[in-house]
Amino acid sequence: MTESRVTTHHTITALVEDKPGVLNRIVSMFRRRNYNIASLAVGHSEMPGMSRMTFVVECDFSILHLVTNNLDKLVEVIEVDNISENNSISRELALVKVKFSNDSAKDELMRLVSHIDNTKILSISKNEIILEIIDNEDRIESSVDLLFYNRGPSNVRIEIKEPNKVKVSNDDFYELVEIMRTGVVAMDYELDAKFNKEINN
Amino acid sequence: MKIEGRQIVCKSLIREGCNTIFGIPGGAILPLYQSLPEFPELRHILTRHEQGASHAADAYARVTGKAGVAFATSGPGATNLVTGIATAQMDSVPMVVITGQVSAKVLGSDAFQEVDITGITLPITKHNFLVMDATEISRVIKEAFFIATTGRPGPVLVDITRNAFLQECDYDADPQIDLPGYSKRSSFEVSSLIHEASDLINSSKRPVILAGHGISISGAHKELIDLAEKAQIPVITTLLGISCFPEDHALWAGWPGMHGLAHSSLAIDESDLIIALGMRFDDRITGDTTRFATNAKKIHVEIDPSEINKNVTVEVPIIGDVKQVLSVLNDLIEDKTHNDWLSRIAKLEEDHPSLTIPKSSKLLGREVVKKLSDITKGEAIIVTGVGQHQMWAAQHYRFKKPNTFLSSGGSGTMGYEVPAALGAQVGKPDALVWSIAGDGGFQMTLSELATIVENKLPVKIAILNNGFLGMVRQWQEVVFKGAYVATEYSGNPDFVLLAEAYGIKGIRVTSKDQIEDAIKEANAHPGPVLVDFVTEKEENVYPMIPSGQSVNEMIEEPIIEYVP
Repeated sequence: MTESRVTTHHTITALVEDKPGVLNRIVSMFRRRNYNIASLAVGHSEMPGMSRMTFVVECDFSILHLVTNNLDKLVEVIEVDNISENNSISRELALVKVKFSNDSAKDELMRLVSHIDNTKILSISKNEIILEIIDNEDRIESSVDLLFYNRGPSNVRIEIKEPNKVKVSNDDFYELVEIMRTGVVAMDYELDAKFNKEINN
Repeated sequence: MKIEGRQIVCKSLIREGCNTIFGIPGGAILPLYQSLPEFPELRHILTRHEQGASHAADAYARVTGKAGVAFATSGPGATNLVTGIATAQMDSVPMVVITGQVSAKVLGSDAFQEVDITGITLPITKHNFLVMDATEISRVIKEAFFIATTGRPGPVLVDITRNAFLQECDYDADPQIDLPGYSKRSSFEVSSLIHEASDLINSSKRPVILAGHGISISGAHKELIDLAEKAQIPVITTLLGISCFPEDHALWAGWPGMHGLAHSSLAIDESDLIIALGMRFDDRITGDTTRFATNAKKIHVEIDPSEINKNVTVEVPIIGDVKQVLSVLNDLIEDKTHNDWLSRIAKLEEDHPSLTIPKSSKLLGREVVKKLSDITKGEAIIVTGVGQHQMWAAQHYRFKKPNTFLSSGGSGTMGYEVPAALGAQVGKPDALVWSIAGDGGFQMTLSELATIVENKLPVKIAILNNGFLGMVRQWQEVVFKGAYVATEYSGNPDFVLLAEAYGIKGIRVTSKDQIEDAIKEANAHPGPVLVDFVTEKEENVYPMIPSGQSVNEMIEEPIIEYVP
């Protein structure tokens, strides 16, 4: 998680034909050319029979144009765009499953979540909570850090042996058991764009 | 009127201009084969191994400019094609390969002779298709030929399930291509880059043209000569560029790289401008890219944008078909002379001769090639395998006509020499086709001798028989201190007897004074001939730039006396 931030991340989107094997062709090209995909998201587009993909690729600039040209070369890839970080919005959704030891740990977790804008509770059961975080990649990671790893000055401790476990008091804890992420989707905007105050672009 | 899918395959092939197919039948593709007698326009050449079919189709394409077509059945039939498909992909050769597949209803069940050939060939084809419904066949075959032959050419595989061959439907004689993501990119847009290129050319003092396979593919031979002559620029070719520029031309300056001519590599190193045309800065040319042509600015004319700045960073990239680009660029080029520079290259050639054949009583492989070149006046189609004999063929044969040097350049496929020679002869029935083979590669695909005989193809085969995997042995000598591991062929057959067993005229040459007579005898014989040249065992190819090194580390031929 920390190591990947050292490398430069580039976001590429592609409009592709929605045919069997197209994903295989694309990832095969990445593997064959030794390009590294950090994140990949696929879904239907506004056009029937076409999908849009968003790739986050770890590489330097000299490789970036080779990645886009090799993508564009694939017969079923219709359009490739290199999304600039400066004028684009990117979003990812993370589902986070948390187990807790007892109600006091649950209350502590819920209290924390209520202070984090991008995070909400989707379900609560006897032993677990499922959270949803929607934001850009970095801020999803910040929220996860805030909840589980980097609580700042407090009496809460993380056991080295069990890094996902957060101690609320001596015997009470909550624990991150699973994160599922969709991969980043991104869209560029015009230079005169104004933003909803609630939204961090 | 409804017809069957297999008939649609044949009609579509004929519509796309195909008249020759190389292949072998088997269960899944059998329905298609049973339709062939209905379509006498389609000549089927039955090879002895599917690899042979794929190499033959590849060579047929290289000499005719048309897409080569190969058939194979599912499973092992299809996998046997893989080496030939990869060879064509690396060398940008247009091919349409049709494989039979198990019926759609059992697809994915590990049925008998089922293999995921579209999956297997995904990274070694320009594109591939899996067709399970006969209604798609006509359109897909049109698309396959379109993709294979336009832009940067390459092999396209069409895998058709057995049920689709037998399914009845209407034949659409004029299907619409539906490839929204494929632009053939052969139309070139004139931009300021072309003026940047012409400015660089007009102001350069020591320019070289580096002409690749793209010249032959786009048919830009005349434009290349025009450019070279107008500004008096020396022309160096890549290995696959060989024969795209006449080698008796005063401006021809050889070919560079690992075993290229020394003065060609040195000229690139001293040049101030490289005009790279339809080539891809292969590692066999550049060696260490950080030390490649450091004094030169580079113009790169290339149809495939993904080749730009892949291996070597260039100042002026021009995307487009090289023939179209040159037809515009040549008008912007000033008439010039580069007498000092051309004299300098002549001096380099004089000081670093690469083509001198040492005085020796022994039979040297390169001397065979030199004699073959002299006797055939550089006008034969030369097909090679891969290794020492390939490098000697490239060095010592003086090519005069386009598309006469056929070799697996990118993939380095041993075993190309025999089936490719047969494919070239089928494509050019009246040409003199000589396969220059090594004893190693020859034995990989020699089964195609039967195909040569069966089809009465007058192919001439020269085996430079040194009883070694010669190039590997040379690396062991130079790089691994003479430790010969698994490179000696001590169990070679008697190649003359072998030829005769196939009904092919066999000639053995054991001394240098027999070379000329043997070549002349072979040329005079109306049918196929195999000449077994029993050559010096440990002759090396020079110059040699060891892998990943630069021209500074070039090893030139030491003075060796090949005395008995």
